[in-house]
Amino acid sequence: MSKSTHIDTDNMEAIYHKPEAFTETPMRYCPGCTHGLAHRLVAEVIDELDIQHRTICIASVGCSVYAYEYFATDATQAAHGRAPAVATGIKRVRPDNIVFTYQGDGDLAAIGLAEVVHAAARAENFTVLFLNNAVFGMTQGQMAPTTLLGQKTTTTPQGRSIERGGYPLNVCEILATIPGVAYLARETMTSPKRVMHAKRSIRRAFEAQIQGLGFSLVELVSSCPTWWGLKPLEALKHIEEKMLPQYPLKVFVDKVSQASEAVAEGGD
Amino acid sequence: MPIVIIDAEKCKGCGLCVAFCPKDNLELSKDLNEAGHYPATVKSQENCTGCKMCVLMCPDVCIEIYKEVEEVAASE
Amino acid sequence: MSEYVLMSGNEATAEGGIAGGCRYFFGYPITPQNKIPEYMSRNLPEVGGVYLQAESEVAAINMVYGAASTGARVMTTSSSPGISLMQEGLSYIVGAEVPCVVVNMVRGGPGLGNIGPAQSDYWLATRGAGHGDGRCLVYAPYSVQELHDWTARAFEIAERYRNPVMILADAILAQMIEPCKLQPRGQPPPLDKPWAIGGDSSERPRNIINSLYVNHDEEEAVNRRIQARYDQAARDDLYYSEYGDEDPEILVVAYGICARVCETAVERASEGGVKCRLLRPISLFPFPSEPLAQWAQLAHKALVVELSMGQFVEDVRLAVEGRCPVELLNRTGGNVVTPEDVTQKLFDMAAES
Repeated sequence: MSKSTHIDTDNMEAIYHKPEAFTETPMRYCPGCTHGLAHRLVAEVIDELDIQHRTICIASVGCSVYAYEYFATDATQAAHGRAPAVATGIKRVRPDNIVFTYQGDGDLAAIGLAEVVHAAARAENFTVLFLNNAVFGMTQGQMAPTTLLGQKTTTTPQGRSIERGGYPLNVCEILATIPGVAYLARETMTSPKRVMHAKRSIRRAFEAQIQGLGFSLVELVSSCPTWWGLKPLEALKHIEEKMLPQYPLKVFVDKVSQASEAVAEGGD
Repeated sequence: MPIVIIDAEKCKGCGLCVAFCPKDNLELSKDLNEAGHYPATVKSQENCTGCKMCVLMCPDVCIEIYKEVEEVAASE
Repeated sequence: MSEYVLMSGNEATAEGGIAGGCRYFFGYPITPQNKIPEYMSRNLPEVGGVYLQAESEVAAINMVYGAASTGARVMTTSSSPGISLMQEGLSYIVGAEVPCVVVNMVRGGPGLGNIGPAQSDYWLATRGAGHGDGRCLVYAPYSVQELHDWTARAFEIAERYRNPVMILADAILAQMIEPCKLQPRGQPPPLDKPWAIGGDSSERPRNIINSLYVNHDEEEAVNRRIQARYDQAARDDLYYSEYGDEDPEILVVAYGICARVCETAVERASEGGVKCRLLRPISLFPFPSEPLAQWAQLAHKALVVELSMGQFVEDVRLAVEGRCPVELLNRTGGNVVTPEDVTQKLFDMAAES
């Protein structure tokens, strides 16, 4: 049924329905962009942990700048790279609120690297979703700190070279050295299995915050079909073949107590 | 028997659900939606097992799956 | 025990913040304002507040933006280079219509400059909070007591106009020590602003603190709404003081530390038979244009005294609008105009007419 014929679902039980933590605003991402997947996982985790009405979303600057329109929570929009500082300010006044920043690689790994490193160093008790798609999306495909060597972008037309562009930046490996980090993982969303694993990490990151254990971050290796010049499915393959060798998937730090382990498993 | 409901107007025709449906039970429609995409559509509801692979891979939360309540009652 | 305490301008400023209900401070070390974060780090925890040293002034102002978005009374202080770094954050705070207080203890510039006193951030302070039409409301104390009182008062003004308020002073005011009558440490107001984020949002619509308006008409409407607040501040929160003769031949205009110098000079000039009237703006934005215009109508000449290459003088000339010539006596780079300099200048000006 291509046209959405109205089906009366009142007397039906939902196997899956749209998360409560989403607003009605349709997402503006390009077809097949994994931002949408990441948003859904965060919304599902917010629903499952029942924290929607005490969560604060901090949108950054990039393709995901409109995140505050998609999550049905209190929200604020931070200057480029400064979301972790804004989150710090909010958490210091409202420690009982659950705060998460949603940032791309330009926002977090370029202009905002100091903010995220120091938030981790201060063991600030909030959660960062770090979407690494190796390019500046909103501004039309420029090189980002995480752009792969040899990768063509609108500012590395000959492919990223070490002389002009330097080496790709592995953020998780940097943050893994910081004691203030309570949960740190790199995941991806290239298949249902990967998506479920990514959701588990997102959930544990939020649990680290709920338990007050300190700074949590989940890096999601993401696709950018538009600026990679690939179809959505090809872009997922590109992640597996080209991105993951540079950004290996791993749970770097997990201080979430075993007690909540049982809850986490039972919650799905 | 699960009912798969795809919001054809919100769907951007990215094809990920089509690619990951283990029953190959989804395809892109021949008809354009308002936004100019060929939305995903279910080939036949009977083949659907309700496995949610399509839901997991949909970047725009266009897919919802329901099950008849009587069927639930019958199975208890 | 006298109710007055000998205090530096920095510490009186910090205590003023606490008296004004500020419980959250995010700062960064930079001379000559360091005693403020130090004071806050000692005293805020005692009143259940939070002091946090950020990794940069860029981070500090964005922490202020976040904390103030919850409706809390939040403050940061810095000095010239740090205030430059805070401009983008201030622009977001203005655009998101969030109140906060920022103190700038101005030092010699530009660039690294030095840690001497200056007023060379006048334009930076009054002309804009970073990019866009937004501005800070700016108040310029000229004593330790006024630093204390105006910092305490700044939060209420910021909340009234949902806009940053900047307290503008300099290295002398920051570090000089004078008796100061301390205000009681008021209880901070509850975090109940209708627009604020945080707390439990189940019983209210969700709040969004944001400065992104892709629709141009909406953005224009936001700018007009903000400008209307500035117009209201010009009616309700415009302050200046005057000193000297009622029928002056010379109108002297100065703010902050220079106004202290000019009070002495005006006294000496009057003793020497030169009638002068000092008009001292306390609010630099909104600017006291009307009283200046009225006095310029009476006086034959005006003299502006400031510690910069001539920034404040431009606003005075705008207000005077040709009613009388406006001369500038200035030092900069950390140097300070002395009472003797001003007194001599007043005698010279009187002699010329």
